[in-house]
Amino acid sequence: MTDEHAYDVAIIGAGVVGTAIGRQLARYRLRTVLLERSNDVGTGTSKANTAIVHTGFDTQPGSLESTLVRRGHELLTAYAAASGIALERTGAVLVAWDAEQTARLDEVLAKSQANGYHHARRITLEELSRREPHLGGGATGAVTIPDESIICPWSASVAFATEAVGAGVELQLGVEVSHARRGPDDWVLRTTNGDIRARWVVNAAGLGSDLVNAWFGHDEFGITPRRGQLIVFDKLARPLLSSILLPVPTERTKGVLVAPTVYGNVLLGPTAEDIPDRDDTATTAEGIGGLLRAGRRILPELVHEEVTAVYAGLRAATEHRDYQISVHERERYACVGGIRSTGLTASLAIAEHVVAQMGDAGLTLAEAEQEPVVPRLPELGERGTRAFEDAGLIEGDPAYGSIVCFCERVTVGEVRDALGSPVPAVDLGGVRRRTRATNGRCQGFFCGAAVAARLASAVRP
Amino acid sequence: MSRTVLTVDALVVGAGPAGLAAATAARAGGAGSVVVVDREDEAGGIPRLCAHTGFGMRDLRRVLSGPEYARRWVDRAVACGVDIRTRTMVTGWSAPGRAQLTGPGGLLEVDARAVVLATGARERPRAARLVPGSRPAGIFTTGQLQQWVHREHLPMGRRALVVGAEHVSYSAVLTLREAGVRTVALVTDHPRSQTFGLFDLLTRAGLRVPVWTQTTVAGVYGHDRVDRVLVRGPGGGERAVAVDTVVFSGDFIPDHELARVAGLAIDPGTRGPACAADGATSAPGIFATGNLVHPAETADIAARRARSAGAAAAAWLRGGEGRHERATVRVRVADPLHWVVPNMVGPEGEPLDPVLVRTRSFLDHPRLDVTQGGGLLASYRLRRMIPNRSHHIPSGWLGLVRPEEDVLIAVAAPR
Repeated sequence: MTDEHAYDVAIIGAGVVGTAIGRQLARYRLRTVLLERSNDVGTGTSKANTAIVHTGFDTQPGSLESTLVRRGHELLTAYAAASGIALERTGAVLVAWDAEQTARLDEVLAKSQANGYHHARRITLEELSRREPHLGGGATGAVTIPDESIICPWSASVAFATEAVGAGVELQLGVEVSHARRGPDDWVLRTTNGDIRARWVVNAAGLGSDLVNAWFGHDEFGITPRRGQLIVFDKLARPLLSSILLPVPTERTKGVLVAPTVYGNVLLGPTAEDIPDRDDTATTAEGIGGLLRAGRRILPELVHEEVTAVYAGLRAATEHRDYQISVHERERYACVGGIRSTGLTASLAIAEHVVAQMGDAGLTLAEAEQEPVVPRLPELGERGTRAFEDAGLIEGDPAYGSIVCFCERVTVGEVRDALGSPVPAVDLGGVRRRTRATNGRCQGFFCGAAVAARLASAVRP
Repeated sequence: MSRTVLTVDALVVGAGPAGLAAATAARAGGAGSVVVVDREDEAGGIPRLCAHTGFGMRDLRRVLSGPEYARRWVDRAVACGVDIRTRTMVTGWSAPGRAQLTGPGGLLEVDARAVVLATGARERPRAARLVPGSRPAGIFTTGQLQQWVHREHLPMGRRALVVGAEHVSYSAVLTLREAGVRTVALVTDHPRSQTFGLFDLLTRAGLRVPVWTQTTVAGVYGHDRVDRVLVRGPGGGERAVAVDTVVFSGDFIPDHELARVAGLAIDPGTRGPACAADGATSAPGIFATGNLVHPAETADIAARRARSAGAAAAAWLRGGEGRHERATVRVRVADPLHWVVPNMVGPEGEPLDPVLVRTRSFLDHPRLDVTQGGGLLASYRLRRMIPNRSHHIPSGWLGLVRPEEDVLIAVAAPR
């Protein structure tokens, strides 16, 4: 869109961070545009992660990440309850497997205290095996972190974007920004949809945040994509564990974990590989093999269950050990880069922090006349009442009683809703992320064609 | 929960050939109310989606297309007084024999005195085979492909690789051909094709589709759409094959969720519920049949074998509660054998059907020894064994099994 009338704020990137900032700005009397090169929100780092809401117990004490993760945990937990995003407080158990790791558990507890999280505690090996009877043999010590939670990662971006759009934020999908230049009193963004002018620009470009940063004359950090491969196991494996099973973290990575998902699967991963290509989300035989070896030790019975999916995501790692957030008053530019694997947890706190700083830097934050309305998302979690088991819903509309994706129990009504929602699915990935259709163990053997046909007739002009 | 409760004598889960045959046999055996539920729009199971001919030879004694064959079984079941309910899915159990269902009419609970599980099998998808690479469009199983082409008429690519060289893989080649897609090759880890010689010959010579043997798929790549598949040949060398479509065929696993959730003992070979020749499982009153227990046979074999499960369910209803002796002896196989069905033995009487045995690798002139506690029950010499195909051995030894330790079937060492 070429528009003489400039926006107040343009946000580059509609991942979980960009959409959260869009949602935060929607509370004020501002013309905001959210620009995303992909055809959907939350398709980069935001879609392929371990789906854990962290307490921040193991972040770097005193870092911005530590503060924002702790605040974000609180905000996201409350938001999930309000919007119906599936979230389960399963808790985590951090397990040591040798004397050296056991010796470091006290450090873990001290770090947790320093991060303001006071509920982590040592448990005995007896208690560990009572909690996690399927755990592999040889554990030498354990710490519980009762507030670590699991969440539906895809719903967060969709919910934030839906709320923002409902409150007047303009969402432009399939629009790639290639350059920024200074206009007389605003920024001119060159995009695949023409020039876009904005007084303020927010860089929430995730894996590309260092490249975008350079357009604004900054070079505080560089992104090295860190690939994380993950294996999703069949739901029949879910009874094998009750909480998230964490390893003792090292300097470089949190290590390979085993976690339940809110959909009732079990996740094993991630790997941590620094790679040059910012698009390379391919899995590798070495990666899969390494995860299975780790999984066999942590939860031996797990590897006998069927694998439902294998995927990889890229984290926006930098040479620094903290988020790269800076608000430049004179330039009216906010950089929200280097948001690592904790970004989903921290997203709402990051948005709160950045927008407040932008206000301090001169952005007028006048309350909008109407407060944004928190959207109500369809229930995707196994703990909630899903459409197929909701008698009242089916009585009102039999489409919710017509199951199209058998493995995941997704109904015709839910697929229809996903295709017709305010931020609709426009491809199979979008349908999957909004409904779980075709994400199950058969991977489309039964329903792939039927779901694709519904999609084709919905998006056909 | 506001579920409508329906009380029946027998609930059959799955209206494919096996489920319909079991339901028909249950009615014939005197069962009063027999309800078959299926989550699909139409009853008839997988054959509905198979446009090609060759169905019905072993059970209906005629040669029919898949949809015609499916129709025959539906008609036959309805004529016997079986109540078929489609678009109705069992989503779980409230208690043994009490199934929770969802359909467009709302939530249902079926309270059945006997349950026959006939939920079938599916092909292992790409992820379950741990094939690395990216996740573009253009990756199918045969089942998905058939519905894509024959039911939804969705657009297809131009060049395909078919992973697998068992019967169903050749069916995938035909479906691709109908959709105007050229199959570059079939790829199999095994040293030879596993289908009938005639199919193999017609495909290689007639359709000019080669079979790349001792070849593994090492990766699937592409951004939006598949653009290449990495294959590793017998020498270990890898090369990229330019295709836009990959079909992962065969490698069947039972759709065993309801069996697992019901807590039934699972056979490690088939991964379906362990069951006796009459379909009796480890749980009283729950029977299993069809490709859920022998993944996967042709429809006619599944239907033929399902009769005994239906008859056993009817016998159970007639007062088989007296049959307290559960089938407890398990029958196991030793490598390289893959599975055996039946894989449990109880006091079920003379079985109607032969025992099915499968191997993981090609075997020439193997001798199979059936032993229990070191004592030989039977010994059979076969001409050859081919992976992904069942081999029949007589069932006489089932009568010799003592209610003690497990039975083992193993390939005797060559002398």
